[in-house]
Amino acid sequence: MTALLDLRGIGLTYPGPPPYRALRECDLTVAAGDHVVILGPSGSGKSTLLNVVGLLDRPTEGRYEFEGVDTAGLGNARRAGLRARRIGFVFQAFHLMPHRSALDNVTVALMYSGVPSARRRRTGLEMLDRVGLAHRAYALPSQLSGGERQRVAIARALAPQPALLLCDEPTGNLDSATAERILDLIEEVRAAGQTVVTITHDPVVAARGRRAVTIRDGRLTESTPAAT
Amino acid sequence: MSAAEVAPSRLRIRDLAGEGVAGLRARPARTALTALGTVLGVAAFVAVLGLTATAGGQIGKRFTALAATEVVVEDADEADRDHLDPAFTADADARVGAIRGVRAAGVWWPVGGDTAPEVGGVVLPGRSAPAQIPVIAASPGLFDAIRPGWSQGRAFDALHDRRGERVAVLGAAAARQLGVTELALRPAVFIDGVPFTVIGVLDGSARLPELMFAVLVPRHSAEEFWGRPGAGRRAKMLVETELGAAQVVAAQAALALRPDAPQRFTVVTPPDPRQLRDQVSADVGMLFLLLAGVCLLIGAVGIANTTMVAVLERVPEIGLRRALGARPWHIAAQFLAESAAIGSLAGWVGAAVGAMTVVAVALARGWTAILEPAAVLPAPLAGLVVGVVAGAYPAIRAARIEPVAALRR
Repeated sequence: MTALLDLRGIGLTYPGPPPYRALRECDLTVAAGDHVVILGPSGSGKSTLLNVVGLLDRPTEGRYEFEGVDTAGLGNARRAGLRARRIGFVFQAFHLMPHRSALDNVTVALMYSGVPSARRRRTGLEMLDRVGLAHRAYALPSQLSGGERQRVAIARALAPQPALLLCDEPTGNLDSATAERILDLIEEVRAAGQTVVTITHDPVVAARGRRAVTIRDGRLTESTPAAT
Repeated sequence: MSAAEVAPSRLRIRDLAGEGVAGLRARPARTALTALGTVLGVAAFVAVLGLTATAGGQIGKRFTALAATEVVVEDADEADRDHLDPAFTADADARVGAIRGVRAAGVWWPVGGDTAPEVGGVVLPGRSAPAQIPVIAASPGLFDAIRPGWSQGRAFDALHDRRGERVAVLGAAAARQLGVTELALRPAVFIDGVPFTVIGVLDGSARLPELMFAVLVPRHSAEEFWGRPGAGRRAKMLVETELGAAQVVAAQAALALRPDAPQRFTVVTPPDPRQLRDQVSADVGMLFLLLAGVCLLIGAVGIANTTMVAVLERVPEIGLRRALGARPWHIAAQFLAESAAIGSLAGWVGAAVGAMTVVAVALARGWTAILEPAAVLPAPLAGLVVGVVAGAYPAIRAARIEPVAALRR
């Protein structure tokens, strides 16, 4: 398997005052098709690492290669292009647009790569079908349960067929039974060949990964491989 | 893959427009309230422009052909500096009549000095002679100019006038007052004791209706007994022109009458209908247009305010869209598209409301509604401009929101 992500000596210091080193000398390689869990308590630099990996933030040190491209050499427009086509985000808070249908919430993921609207719609319906929500395509988020909302969010993340699915506490707002089903869905997606990086503080979620990395005070340490 | 092969994200114009409209449809009630101010502003603009045009058109209609073809030339002499010669020469009718566009022209003045002459009819038993009936000296051309109707007889002509014949024409009311009923008996009226044979009785006239109460005598006959027109009883000339010729005739009349002394006349022309209408538009319109402008401004502030609130409310959505590949200007364009869509919607609705107002007012007053395309068609565009201007600042603010901070909410 080739490396999808390659982080070498990544550090991020927020300019102060006082300056704050959120990440220091992080090394991480994620192979295509792998499921890596980044485990850490709150305030450990988890979210900062997610933002760097998701190209929402730039590291101040080190080298980050995404699919073999050094992201430091990319302008904001091309970084946005990678986010639109190659990275799918799943958030703890779902971040669905409240006044738009489930279908609209999925198809918006294809808008910024310039996919024509007919194809967006077709893909959106396929994706909703894939997460088992074909019958809820025209429901508003307020009419959906928490689990259904996260399914819509996963359908949105998968719609552009991204190289990387980046999950940030995907089950943080869900009860354990619903969380189980969401984790099953993520596992199912990974089994189909999708590379997944999940960031969590929840050991139950971490147990689903094929590989776990712990982050503490902005430093990454490879922990013992989780049970597969 | 190299850095150059990574394609930037993009936003198609169609999708941008779609998002703008979707933004409105998502919150219909809020959209309606946001648009309300601009709707009122645009409607006020259209209604004011339409109503001024309608009212102006109404004035234009009232402005009849009769008034538009009437020119009056007045003797402008000050009372204290009488000229030796009369302002209107004996051939005044012919001089003005020679101007192209003149149909008829006649001179007239009230006869008498400080006291009006005494007029009496045939002395019959039991009928006292009435004292005060105005006596008017008239040139024969006057009868053509006033468009008279005759109940009996005829007007005096140029021959009567030249010879100073003692003939008279009575207005309908004067004839009744004097007891003149039948011309076959050759009745006479006595003016200051001088008998004048009545040769015609007027039924009515389109111009100078006050002549119905008067006795008309040829101007030369009047001059013979009571002298020329003087202080307090200036001579005037009534000119009837072809339709549309009034302004041109007026410009030439004084010079045609007295090439040596055109300054002795003041010429009264009918007001130019167009000028009149413009004046009304200017007077009434300016104030209301100002109010409409204030209304539109308030509408714009309303849109700006709501868009600003929407931006703050939708910070997570902005963060999400940035994560999905939107660039800052995509975000700005989206909010601008939404405010522009609200503005255009307000423009369309406002134009319709304004037009309906004009029609309703015109219907209620029985007027002809006049809606200039130039007043109605730019209204939606004006709404669009208001929307874009109002949305500019919130859109810039939205574009500056950092995705990392936005997603943390």
